[in-house]
Amino acid sequence: MSFIRQVLLVTNMNLRSILERSGSSLVIIVGIAGSVAVMVSLLAMAEGLSSTISSTGEEDRVIILRDGSSSELSSGVAMTELDTVSSSPGIKSIDGEPMIAGELFAIIDLKKKGAESTSNLPIRGVQPASFKIRPEIEIVEGRNFTTGTAEIIVGKGANNQYEGLEIGDQIKVRDSFATVVGIFSSNGNVHESEIWADLAAAQGLFRRGASASSMILKLNSPDSFDEVGLFVESYPNLELKVQSESDFYENQSSGADLIKVFGQVVGYIMAIGAVFAALNTMYSAVSTRLVEIGTLRALGFKGTTVLLALLIEALLLATIGGLLGGAIAYLLFNGYTVSTLAGGSFSQTAFAFAVTGEIIQQGLTLALFVGFIGGVFPAWNAARRDITEALRSI
Amino acid sequence: MKYWMIVKSGINRKKIRTFMTIFSIATAFLLFSLGRSVAVAFNSEVDFAGKDRLIVVSRLAFTESLPMAHKNRIETVEGVDTVVWRQWFGGTYKERQNFFPKWPVPDNYFDVYPEWELSEGAEEAFSRNITGMIVGKDLADQFGWKIGDRIPIIADIWPKKGGGVWEFDLVGTYTNKTSNEQDEAFINWKYFDEARLYETGRPGNYIVKIKNPEQAESIAKEIDELFKNSLDETKTSTEEAFSRMFAEQIGNIGLIINSVLAASFFTILLLTGNTMSQAVRERTPELGALKAVGFPDRLIMLFVLAESFLLCVAGALIGVLIAYLLFPMFSGVAIGFSGEIEFSISIVISAILVAFITALISGVLPALSAMRLNVVDALRKN
Repeated sequence: MSFIRQVLLVTNMNLRSILERSGSSLVIIVGIAGSVAVMVSLLAMAEGLSSTISSTGEEDRVIILRDGSSSELSSGVAMTELDTVSSSPGIKSIDGEPMIAGELFAIIDLKKKGAESTSNLPIRGVQPASFKIRPEIEIVEGRNFTTGTAEIIVGKGANNQYEGLEIGDQIKVRDSFATVVGIFSSNGNVHESEIWADLAAAQGLFRRGASASSMILKLNSPDSFDEVGLFVESYPNLELKVQSESDFYENQSSGADLIKVFGQVVGYIMAIGAVFAALNTMYSAVSTRLVEIGTLRALGFKGTTVLLALLIEALLLATIGGLLGGAIAYLLFNGYTVSTLAGGSFSQTAFAFAVTGEIIQQGLTLALFVGFIGGVFPAWNAARRDITEALRSI
Repeated sequence: MKYWMIVKSGINRKKIRTFMTIFSIATAFLLFSLGRSVAVAFNSEVDFAGKDRLIVVSRLAFTESLPMAHKNRIETVEGVDTVVWRQWFGGTYKERQNFFPKWPVPDNYFDVYPEWELSEGAEEAFSRNITGMIVGKDLADQFGWKIGDRIPIIADIWPKKGGGVWEFDLVGTYTNKTSNEQDEAFINWKYFDEARLYETGRPGNYIVKIKNPEQAESIAKEIDELFKNSLDETKTSTEEAFSRMFAEQIGNIGLIINSVLAASFFTILLLTGNTMSQAVRERTPELGALKAVGFPDRLIMLFVLAESFLLCVAGALIGVLIAYLLFPMFSGVAIGFSGEIEFSISIVISAILVAFITALISGVLPALSAMRLNVVDALRKN
């Protein structure tokens, strides 16, 4: 018990003198706060992008592309193939209608707000069943488009990022105009970065005839997946790839994994830099206090007491730095919305940075790691110093 | 040089500190190199030798095709030299990771890219062999292809009539004389156009070689004017502006990553600067002694600056060296559409430049205070 009291006593003494040494303590805090802020912001970017993309997919939904295609943009399916697949077992139906839709995925060049050149905005031609398959789609402003007309609705993210996509605005597609009649949300997933139109109208505007890019369908339950797979395989002339929607979007988020790895690498490199800075600071903090340490030892305090007290000091500074870094990243970036080319689709996806608890935890772990390495060696060095030698340095 | 001993003794005074200062500078420059190369990857600062090439794409979106009839009409524009075309083929060689652009192109496509050097007989074989394919040297090396090899490509956007895998015969390779952009594949347009399931007779986009690069803007305008209000309106830009458009689309993210890296770089430099000035402060009595024995003020200042230069340049070189050893880990990691993390000599040059500036900034304050030291005060601190 008295050992702990001694450690606390010495720690307390050290901490009181921190204000006198505020410059060098600040070096540790700033170094660690910087590393943590960098890592947390890059990881928050990766997390935002990957959760936006992967939350789009559901286990009980199936997306069918042409065999060999890995994205909707490079895929094509004939409407006659859709008719064939719609009689597959395993597809959920309501009012006797199977929940399956053909969707056309194309891109259209529009200007982002404040940009000089145009960006690739995805446009999706959908059928009435598309809305039943995706209940997360919700009109938040205006109304839905009328089937058979050139009306369009715009995702919340696209509406935010692009010029001229307010209700009532018109966009030119070849020789015709499409009118924006509504804004929709979809739980923050990728569809919010899209424009939706009636499939037949989109086929006309993009001159795709009787074809779509993909089929989307809802299963009775996730277990029915194999039934659809087997059914499609039983038609040798159907060159289609059946995959669960969650697998599909998981694959599309590989760009986010890259940012994540990058964020970790940069965070750790910077942490190494912060370790050197912390070591330097702690070494000089120890060397300016050699006399105090020697005096404590002469009074009978154990070397381990001195070591622990110095280590606690370093860890405390590290925690402050870590929390500060996490707070900076949170205040600067949490919820910050950007959009980028994502996945293999060559089209824009808007997403918000997400500073999650898990990411903050990773940041704090990094901070404590830096504090421990930066503190333990100088503390060890101080604790095993010869008492007379330490006192002689007066 | 005769003062080298004094500078050296300053550096050797606390070896651990010197060592750690150099390494924290090294980590800063490792981040710097990483940041520079990411900036290059995101901005795809590709040097296009030809400022005399325009790209004509559909105004609706660059993925939409254009009619063949546009070719003759573009050729009528004053100042246009040659018009060729291409189509994005997509497709996969064996596995999805083996990504590289593949373009069906006409026989005379290579005339528009004089900076490419084709292997012997390649152009002739390409026009003779309907399933011919010419690839960049880097691609051939990457997959170990030799001339005469048959390359299978799994279709995605463009299925073949009757289905099945596309197969091409490698008839030649090309090297790029002005940059290391040599990783695309070209296949024979005639074969592609006849064998594809649909859209026959429609190229994806046109590449227009013009006679005078200074007219690029006006010619681009004139071409777009030709097709205004038609079903296939066009958007014409220089090759450079076209690839910049992609960079701009990845946009924000590149900017954010870069500013985060810049912030971390400066944080570490700040810490290092602090350490260095502390080192000088601790040495006040010694510097005072030097002054007392008659060293001029200016020389004292130079000693301190020299020390800071040595530490910064050594740190920068070590950091860049680590980056050089580390980068192969990232190679082949394509970010976005074009460009990948690559190590280049320009990184080394800019790192050394920044090291000098850093040394100056972090050394100048301690150096000035060392110069202004009052001998009596300095010695009294002992």
